[in-house]
Amino acid sequence: MTMAPDQADETDVEADAPVEQPGAVRSPDPQGGQLDRLPRLDAVLRMSEVQAAEQADEPLYDENDQTMLVNMGPSHPSTHGVLRLMLEMDGETVRRSKPIIGYLHTGMEKTGESLTFLQGGTNVTRMDYASPLFNELVFALATEQLLEVEIPERATWIRMLMSELNRIASHLLFMATNGMDLGAVSMMIYGWREREQVLRFFEKVTGLRMNHNYIRPGGVAADLPDGWRDDVLYLMDMLPPRLEEYDILMTGQPIWRERLQGVGTLSPEEALALSITGPVLRSTGIARDLRKDEPYLAYDQVDFDVLVGSYGDSYDCYAIRLNEIRESIRIVHQVVDQMPKGDFRVQDTKVTPPPRARIDESMEALIHHFKIFTEGFKVPEGEVYVAVESPRGELGCYLVSDGSPTPYRMHIRAPSLVNLQCLPHKMANGLVADAVASISSVDPIMGEVDR
Amino acid sequence: MTDTELVEVTELDDSPARRYGHPVTSSRGQTVLHAPREQWRATAEALFADNWTMLVDITAVDFLTYKPARKLPDGVTAERFEVVASFVRFDTGERIRMRTQVPGSDPKVDSLYAIYPGSDYQERETFDMFGIVFDGHPDLSRILMPEEWEGHPLRKDFAQGVIPVQFKAPQNGGAGS
Repeated sequence: MTMAPDQADETDVEADAPVEQPGAVRSPDPQGGQLDRLPRLDAVLRMSEVQAAEQADEPLYDENDQTMLVNMGPSHPSTHGVLRLMLEMDGETVRRSKPIIGYLHTGMEKTGESLTFLQGGTNVTRMDYASPLFNELVFALATEQLLEVEIPERATWIRMLMSELNRIASHLLFMATNGMDLGAVSMMIYGWREREQVLRFFEKVTGLRMNHNYIRPGGVAADLPDGWRDDVLYLMDMLPPRLEEYDILMTGQPIWRERLQGVGTLSPEEALALSITGPVLRSTGIARDLRKDEPYLAYDQVDFDVLVGSYGDSYDCYAIRLNEIRESIRIVHQVVDQMPKGDFRVQDTKVTPPPRARIDESMEALIHHFKIFTEGFKVPEGEVYVAVESPRGELGCYLVSDGSPTPYRMHIRAPSLVNLQCLPHKMANGLVADAVASISSVDPIMGEVDR
Repeated sequence: MTDTELVEVTELDDSPARRYGHPVTSSRGQTVLHAPREQWRATAEALFADNWTMLVDITAVDFLTYKPARKLPDGVTAERFEVVASFVRFDTGERIRMRTQVPGSDPKVDSLYAIYPGSDYQERETFDMFGIVFDGHPDLSRILMPEEWEGHPLRKDFAQGVIPVQFKAPQNGGAGS
């Protein structure tokens, strides 16, 4: 904020030395970087709570300053939880804005440092609560890479089945909330209705609707239950006609199109500069999907398309997610057809507890079981970064192990957090009603943003 | 599992990343570039000029209580903090991780904001959680913790849920929400 003391040298001081205004964006040096690719950088509001409070004391009416600061959230139906926005408004128009986060911060990365690698799943699964299986997946993959264990084929395919179903559930939730945000209130009910059917299947497999702790280092917690194929096929038959209904209800509707097209646009250059990933990046026309570009699990063995938009607006974000449900259905069909037989977890006694039946007959198995669940398994020293394509973008996990059973450092690269950076750019010079569409199209999950 | 073999530093002398002039190691098959703190920003500029599309992730690790001997390549002295940035390039799909040692007595490193503006929130998060100052960041303020919070929670000497109240009296008489 203040000038460096050595600059106060009396000979150097000029009368018109620039005085920094509170909240003004300090212009960074332009050479080389990507800042010049952000034409709407002025829309990023940088103002602390104290500065905002000072503004509240200023006279209400000022001829030269027709803008006012408006607070939106954190408890607002359209802010997807507890996102708070500081908006600088000129009438109905948003000039500058600042997303304020942290209301759901519970220190999960810190908690992760005191839980063993086996318990870690229960922690990370609560981050992005709309797609918990992806958090478990990325944590398990990172742990396995540190352990250097290969998991059985069936476990890989079960993971793929579950993550694609989770992507469907997550995008259905987006359909519901996006509809609700924009006034298609009945869509709220439909989206939840279909999502609930998917969650019912999750409950059957994992025991829980959400926060499953199903994907664990070394495989998955349990094999698929009897009759899983029929349940999945039922879902896959039920969904396509419902998606057609969404098309009738929203996609082709002039009101819906008017409401979304051209609203909250983002250019590909802006998206890349802001490290945006996921459907928001794809809406700008960049075909980037980790399932295709850096195939993990067995995504190189299934056939699907990466969908891209062309305008980077809220409509593209909506259409991409709707059609990604269809692509996921395609993947799930292939997974159901190709599901291999075999073990659902690795038979490495270092990582895997003994089967339940063995505990009744073998003392060693009991001790082994006890050791794994109290002490955990040791993971060799090292550090690793693993990323998967979550419904919101690149979900990464950076793990550092010091050779003990608990991670020394567990960091989650949350796509929702990084994607929030595009909000001021998307909302710049738009109406406040369109700001709602922009927030909705980014689809942030605050549990993941704040962790 | 041969633990001792796994934790050895494997320096990659013939890696293409050697052209940035810093030691390159492999960690479980992933390329790690060890840039000195003074060269942090210059290396990021070189990476950007070299078509590394996106700065994906930036975070830090506090090695205060790390028990085993730190495995670092020759010429890199271990310090308390390590700042880690991950880059990806879309044309080849390669990834690279840049790490630098930051001493606890002077936790400061150049901001990459001007080159990769996507680092904005994550640098703020790292500052908030570790107290590492990113020089040249336009608005290095707390992002997850309240503005008047004291301390940096992800530091290893910050106890988990031990200090009951950490708010100091508001500076402005309690104005603001």
